[in-house]
Amino acid sequence: MTDGVNNIDEDDGFSEVVTLGNDDPLRLSSGEILSPFKVAYKCWGTLNEDKSNAILICHALTGDQYARGKNPLTGKEGWWPKLIGPGLPIDTNKYFVICPNVLGSCSGSSGPKEDDPETGEPYGLDFPVITIADMVAAQVRLIDHLKIDKLFSVIGGSMGGMQVLHWAVNHETRVRTAIPIASTWRHSAQNIAFHEVGRQAIMADPNWRNGRYFETDIRPHAGLSVARMAAHITYMSEKSLTSKFGRALQDREKLTFGFDADFQVESYLRYQGISFVDRFDANSYLYITRAMDYYDISTNYGGSLTAAFENTPVKFCIMSFTSDWLYTTEESREMVRALNAVGAKVSFVEIDMDKGHDSFLLDCPEMFNIISGFLAAEASFSGIKLNE
Amino acid sequence: MNRDHNIHRASDIRVDLLLIADMIPHGARVLDVGCGNGELLEYLRLNKNVDGRGIELSPEGVNESVAKGLSVIQGNAEEEISHFPDNSFDFVILSQTLQAMGRPDRILQELLRVSKRAIVSFPNFGNWRVRLHLMLHGRMPVTKSLDYPWYSTPNIHFCTMRDFVDLCDELEIKIEKKMAVNSSGSKMFFNSLLLSNLLGTQGLYVLTRE
Repeated sequence: MTDGVNNIDEDDGFSEVVTLGNDDPLRLSSGEILSPFKVAYKCWGTLNEDKSNAILICHALTGDQYARGKNPLTGKEGWWPKLIGPGLPIDTNKYFVICPNVLGSCSGSSGPKEDDPETGEPYGLDFPVITIADMVAAQVRLIDHLKIDKLFSVIGGSMGGMQVLHWAVNHETRVRTAIPIASTWRHSAQNIAFHEVGRQAIMADPNWRNGRYFETDIRPHAGLSVARMAAHITYMSEKSLTSKFGRALQDREKLTFGFDADFQVESYLRYQGISFVDRFDANSYLYITRAMDYYDISTNYGGSLTAAFENTPVKFCIMSFTSDWLYTTEESREMVRALNAVGAKVSFVEIDMDKGHDSFLLDCPEMFNIISGFLAAEASFSGIKLNE
Repeated sequence: MNRDHNIHRASDIRVDLLLIADMIPHGARVLDVGCGNGELLEYLRLNKNVDGRGIELSPEGVNESVAKGLSVIQGNAEEEISHFPDNSFDFVILSQTLQAMGRPDRILQELLRVSKRAIVSFPNFGNWRVRLHLMLHGRMPVTKSLDYPWYSTPNIHFCTMRDFVDLCDELEIKIEKKMAVNSSGSKMFFNSLLLSNLLGTQGLYVLTRE
């Protein structure tokens, strides 16, 4: 238990792991039960007196709770450093910002890498298959634990945006505003297909050992690295790959007529793969991609997106990027149109950026301005007393 | 909460927008098609407690609108309006945007599908200065408010007030209110179409379904 909500290191916030669900088990979409389970999370800023200034940040597939500040596992800066912080668009002087690690991931929250409390050894594939809904259910428990009734905003990109939508549709009384960025309302056949390539690469690696690689010192690095390489291509646009690398050769004058990384783009992808395996768990990659593939916000509403949004009190601000071919503008527009069809309050901007899906993680002044403007206006209308 | 400091004075918004705002009742549901930076919607929300929505093509306009706390979506008006259900608004506004539409006739019908009433304003190409310019110079008029050359202008469907009245007739749209607006954006006080079409720089109409 923590009672240190207001006791925050000025620079970095604190990182906590809380154990929940001891008395109140978490029933998952699959019907399986998690009890207890752990949620690792990080906070910045100070919760105001009536607890109305809390913003939940939802991370993407391979993200973690270290949205800002130094990530102790990688030694690198957090993944949204220019968006969250004092004086930044999500201003930690004004808002109380929470970023949890999702269920199934590998940065402290319950997942295949963590010990099963029943056996005392890592879950591996004994960890139940989870969904986006389950990730959000765990976050709801965290918010309960922090004694926050209603979040001022839930914000996230890519898979983070899926969690945002799930919050808005299924926990609509606990969210004031929702900002899904570069996201989608259901995984398409193409999305699932790319993920399946990644999973097969991992499972084809003999070192994967049916998910029990933790019993040895060897990890399925080759498989995980190929999975990351394939996925990384989907995060970039053709234009950004071309302008970054073209057909330039890697440290050589001419082709070698072999299968070494002749081209810069090959070398870059191999680097992306290799640097990923040190920070991410192969089984987590299987579980989280599965959760994304299972995701369709309309499932419980007869396949109708309009029905999912009917009577929503949540105010939405949706953003997409012109060059994102993974979760396209068209998919965001489908959400916008469904929201308009039910008379919901929604703003939408397609941001002109040529860096592909990953644009949401990059320096994007237009996205920053929209987020800060939307939040400030909403705080003013709702009469929320922000910290000075 | 006291928001008095936010209340817009009449002088804060364009005079022609104020003419439109004056016609909108308190608490109405309003869609502003081509809402620009959200100036009118913000005024309506603060002064008339209007539940407003906007469609705007330019990202800059949408950004400014969102920063004002308005619900505005970026997109092509002719495409996006088709996704709103019938009768979802009390008023729909098309201010100075009709001439940029691919099919002004279809957009008028769409406006009156999503809303009971439509307020439409447009630059009047029947104005005497425009007529004189064309007669004297033999070139397409370029006015102060619409200063694009003919080949690159987004304003592709100019009309006169008489053309507009004819189109409404043809589409069986009822003109509930009409006025000519002068170059400073104020209402001109005469009723004759001949004079309006000659002297008005803008036509401003309130339309309903027959």
